[in-house]
Amino acid sequence: MSLRIYVSRDAGAIAVGADEVALKLERAAAKRGNAVEIVRTGSRGLYWLEPMVEVATANGRVAFGPVREADVTSLLEAMLADGPHVLRLGIAEEIPWLKRQTRLTFARCGVVDPRSLEDYRAHDGYKGLERALTMASEAILADVTASGLRGRGGAGFPTGIKWKTVAQTNAERKYIVCNADEGDSGTFADRMIMEGDPFMVIEGMTIAGVAVGASKGYIYIRSEYPHAVEAMNAAIVAARRGGYLGARVGGTHHRFDLEVRVGAGAYVCGEETSLLESLEGRRGIVRAKPPLPAHKGLFGKPTVINNVLSFAAIPFILAGGAKAYADFGMGRSRGTMPIQLAGNVKHGGLFEVAFGITLGELVDDVGGGTFTGRPVRAVQVGGPLGAYFPRALFDTPFDYEAFAARDGLIGHGGIVVFDDSVDMSKQARFAMEFCAVESCGKCTPCRIGSTRGTETIDKIRAGDHVAENIAVIEDLCNTMKFGSLCALGGFTPYPVMSALKHFREDFGPAPTRLQAAE
Amino acid sequence: MTVYEPWDAARGTEIIAEHTHLEGATLVILHALQEAFGYVPEPAIPMIASALNLSRAEVHGVFTFYHDFRHKPAGRHVLKLCRAEACQAAGGDALTARAEAKLGIAIGNTTPDERVTLEPIYCLGLCATAPSAMLDGRVVGRLDEARMDALVAEAQR
Repeated sequence: MSLRIYVSRDAGAIAVGADEVALKLERAAAKRGNAVEIVRTGSRGLYWLEPMVEVATANGRVAFGPVREADVTSLLEAMLADGPHVLRLGIAEEIPWLKRQTRLTFARCGVVDPRSLEDYRAHDGYKGLERALTMASEAILADVTASGLRGRGGAGFPTGIKWKTVAQTNAERKYIVCNADEGDSGTFADRMIMEGDPFMVIEGMTIAGVAVGASKGYIYIRSEYPHAVEAMNAAIVAARRGGYLGARVGGTHHRFDLEVRVGAGAYVCGEETSLLESLEGRRGIVRAKPPLPAHKGLFGKPTVINNVLSFAAIPFILAGGAKAYADFGMGRSRGTMPIQLAGNVKHGGLFEVAFGITLGELVDDVGGGTFTGRPVRAVQVGGPLGAYFPRALFDTPFDYEAFAARDGLIGHGGIVVFDDSVDMSKQARFAMEFCAVESCGKCTPCRIGSTRGTETIDKIRAGDHVAENIAVIEDLCNTMKFGSLCALGGFTPYPVMSALKHFREDFGPAPTRLQAAE
Repeated sequence: MTVYEPWDAARGTEIIAEHTHLEGATLVILHALQEAFGYVPEPAIPMIASALNLSRAEVHGVFTFYHDFRHKPAGRHVLKLCRAEACQAAGGDALTARAEAKLGIAIGNTTPDERVTLEPIYCLGLCATAPSAMLDGRVVGRLDEARMDALVAEAQR
């Protein structure tokens, strides 16, 4: 019997040597004359243990990690004998970090072969679509609404209402668009899903097409994600071949097909109207709303535009899980959130959990603090447009409203951890500078405000009229927040103002800052 | 290192024609041209405009809006360093400065011998294995001084 070994093909694992480990394993086995089958999966999301290697045993999959090339020979030995090894982590599913999660969206990620439609189906894949195909549009929409799912891209708009609007708008053509322009630093959940479980995104989008009466969908993926582009394209070809995309979806009269489009390095294209402009082949300039994309979206047609994670949550909900999904969470934040722990964190990775867990639990307990071993001073939640939170706010529960009440946002669920060597006025300056570089230029508060903001923070850092210039920044942030067309200009004040509010000691001439860091 | 074709108008026309049937084809065509030639040669702009029935200004506008599109070839190797917050938190700024010093250029430039183009990138999505980089399409994470030095040396070869 041949040994079945699993090695991740996730970009995060490849970046730390997974390809080399897989190749070496294959060679070492061939040299010994052992028959092995190496399956390249997605990542389980325990990135500090990548490259993680798993082997199928009678008791389940036993994991080892982090594996270096030099470990391969002894590792193979241990796997063949089912014996001890210094890197042995035990049964993968029993690893506490994984076991304490609630994996609804990420249930298959790291488990299945993302290139195999058969593997997807063997792990409950396409059950949601199969049920949806037997239902009326209203019933599908009712399930999505009942689940309480809110857009996972950051804005948190109820998905059911969005879909219903498109379903009720009459047009000869409608579109389904997947926003896979995951540009926020500290977020990688979309990338992991596309690389590790791409059929789930396709299934979610297909259900959306069936529900609202759309026959064409686009997945707009950022160019910084070549592995995700490759994985999605391969999965689309396989789904078409399997009869799940095309003129007769699942053998029914529904027509639905998908196409991947690749972005070109513009952060603002993660904003939905800018993304639609880009898909139409134009500059990614933000559109004024209304009209909403649900009424006039891609090429002026009614369009469902959702984030990868929103579509990814749909198959579970439609497979009869609407109530089960809604039973997780707190307040108006229902279901689970795939949280991403990143930056200077000991145990970084993907942690899917019901809403309600506190920031402190996530950073200290789940994340294990910093990898530098220094104290955590600040965390940025929700990407470059998210607020910096000090330790004093670590009791904030992970919930849309709870974060909003403390002048923050959960965004796409990314948490970037900083230790006490961070200079918060530098981080505030970066937020303004990033906005200046990435602004589409349509509205003045964002285009000009961000440049003036960068200059003014430079003055503060140089000790030039500190108090007066801080007042200028506060005023400027107010203008940007309320006067910008989209979230880029509108949310850049979050990191700036939170840094100013919670870390005022860092805003002044250099000597004060250096003392503050001591 | 990627090998590109030299610019050839007939080949350009062919590439453009392959994509004109697509909805909103401009970005797709710009990507395809850059993939073939390593950059988007200036004569291609009016060709795209004419094929898609757009004005030259519109196509030029799209071409210049996006960071990805090059108006001239890059160095033989392209080293992209992630400069976003997660990599900053993990010590990325110091490593960027180190790469700049080793190559003798500021980020955003190409070495005088045209061997290496050093570029910033705003997030590779490898934030849990930060700091990260990409050398000619190959991703590298958990950079430290030794790994960065090896990466720069590889780019210089």
